[in-house]
Amino acid sequence: MFRPHPYKTNIMSITVKFFASLRETIGKQEVKLDLSQPLTVAQVWTLAGDNAHFPEHILAAINLEYVDRDTMVQDGDEIAFFPPVTGG
Amino acid sequence: MQQVVITETAFNPWQFLQDYEQQLQQHHPKIGAVSTFVGTMRDNNEGDAVQMLFLEHYPQMTEHYLRKISAQAMQQWQIMDTLIVHRVGAMSPNDTIVLVAAWAAHRGAAFDACRYLIEELKHRAPFWKRETLPTGARWVEHNTPA
Repeated sequence: MFRPHPYKTNIMSITVKFFASLRETIGKQEVKLDLSQPLTVAQVWTLAGDNAHFPEHILAAINLEYVDRDTMVQDGDEIAFFPPVTGG
Repeated sequence: MQQVVITETAFNPWQFLQDYEQQLQQHHPKIGAVSTFVGTMRDNNEGDAVQMLFLEHYPQMTEHYLRKISAQAMQQWQIMDTLIVHRVGAMSPNDTIVLVAAWAAHRGAAFDACRYLIEELKHRAPFWKRETLPTGARWVEHNTPA
């Protein structure tokens, strides 16, 4: 009978990236996280950025596509957080 | 050809257009109109002198997003090709930041597609400007309205 390893509780690994002014404010460029339960984008923000709330103006992407704060992250996802864009 | 170019090297938009169009005309002899937008670095912003600009981006997503809006423009309008060239890294006043072009048989589609591409780029493509002023550096927090 299959039994899960008693010490291995992580169910997924994700990469979190911060860009531009956000990278400077948070003081991190990239964080790798092992999650023990499914999380939304807003919950990943809280976990990775040591912040309580997900600010209204911050944009989020998963695997290079824009997503909203309630999107669930999946194993292997690259989640990016960044301020409003100012190109062109 | 639907080319998307992100470059750290300064470029002459008019030369780039001429070279690109020469190649394009071999594939599309029915082109009757091209609409272009060229964005250039100003030496001032919000009342302050700007000495230098650094453009940061999210490399894979930038290219992915610009390819996506190029494909959307082809679906939405009767156009034959699009071109987007965007500078990143450090630049000086008068340097070209962005070149957008759309080719079509007639002007309406060319104008509309070009406008769509530059507005989508400015509002959604992950680029960020950091300005160097005489008093220090700051991130640009929002784009100018269209």
